[in-house]
Amino acid sequence: MNWTWFYKWGSPKWFYSMSGKFLPWLVTASVLLLGIGLIWGLAFAPPDYQQGNSFRIIYIHVPAALLAQSIYIMLAGTGIIGLIWKIKLADVALRQAAPIGAWMTVIALTSGAIWGKPTWGAYWVWDARLTSMLILLFLYLGIIALGQAITNRDSAARGCALLAVVGVVNIPIIKYSVEWWNTLHQPASFSYSHQPAMPTQMWLPLLIAVLGFYCFFGAVLFARMRLELLRRESGSRWADAEIARLLKDRI
Amino acid sequence: MIAFASFTDFLTMGNHGAYVWSAYGLGLALMALNAILPLLEKRRYLDDLSRRRRRERLL
Repeated sequence: MNWTWFYKWGSPKWFYSMSGKFLPWLVTASVLLLGIGLIWGLAFAPPDYQQGNSFRIIYIHVPAALLAQSIYIMLAGTGIIGLIWKIKLADVALRQAAPIGAWMTVIALTSGAIWGKPTWGAYWVWDARLTSMLILLFLYLGIIALGQAITNRDSAARGCALLAVVGVVNIPIIKYSVEWWNTLHQPASFSYSHQPAMPTQMWLPLLIAVLGFYCFFGAVLFARMRLELLRRESGSRWADAEIARLLKDRI
Repeated sequence: MIAFASFTDFLTMGNHGAYVWSAYGLGLALMALNAILPLLEKRRYLDDLSRRRRRERLL
């Protein structure tokens, strides 16, 4: 197997130029997919036979919750790469993805609370799924705070990576919480082994919205990482050339 | 096919309008915030840099 791509993507200069090429496509894809998925879900999908129109919150809630968990798994993955190979780019990715993950968790929790009121009669219950998602938010906030509290860059990278790796134990707890404990929360909407329990007109826009959220995450992550790389690498020839170009474009 | 008989139906969402629209409004507002923050941050970084360079040129 050819591993050169691994080292290439670990180079800040290479990543900066490649991400610049991907960024406009990610932005276009996320605008299109989010637009189609959300409008389809809001206006064209049929109402649920039990929940009526309140079920339409699913098109915000499920993509945000899925993405919040995927970003955490990515944090743990970049944490392991950073701890083993000491790749600086892994730390940049971890630290820049954490705030986006925290915001996605906030969207999942708030949209879930709003959905809970007409469906369960309460905004919040101390149920296994809701509590484990709240713990996910605290893990994100812990990683962000730890990164800001440690001034030494290498120590901060190691601390954040360790916390990300240890905290990943919460992800299977979130996933299986609806099976292990009695819960008000409904089971998973999508699975690898079964057809969705919804008609196509309901799950197809959900799938499109999920893809839109992932593209959105990719675009925001790339934008954040590119700025952070310019900051960290300023002084190197490629970064100073890029900064000079950006400053010249402004005048 | 569109799932609503009229635009008023679409807005009221069968008495669930307040829940659906507030969930979408809050969710999309937070998404917009996530998109705008890195752009503002980049502008601030470049502003700082150009200010510092101008000052150095004057010294």
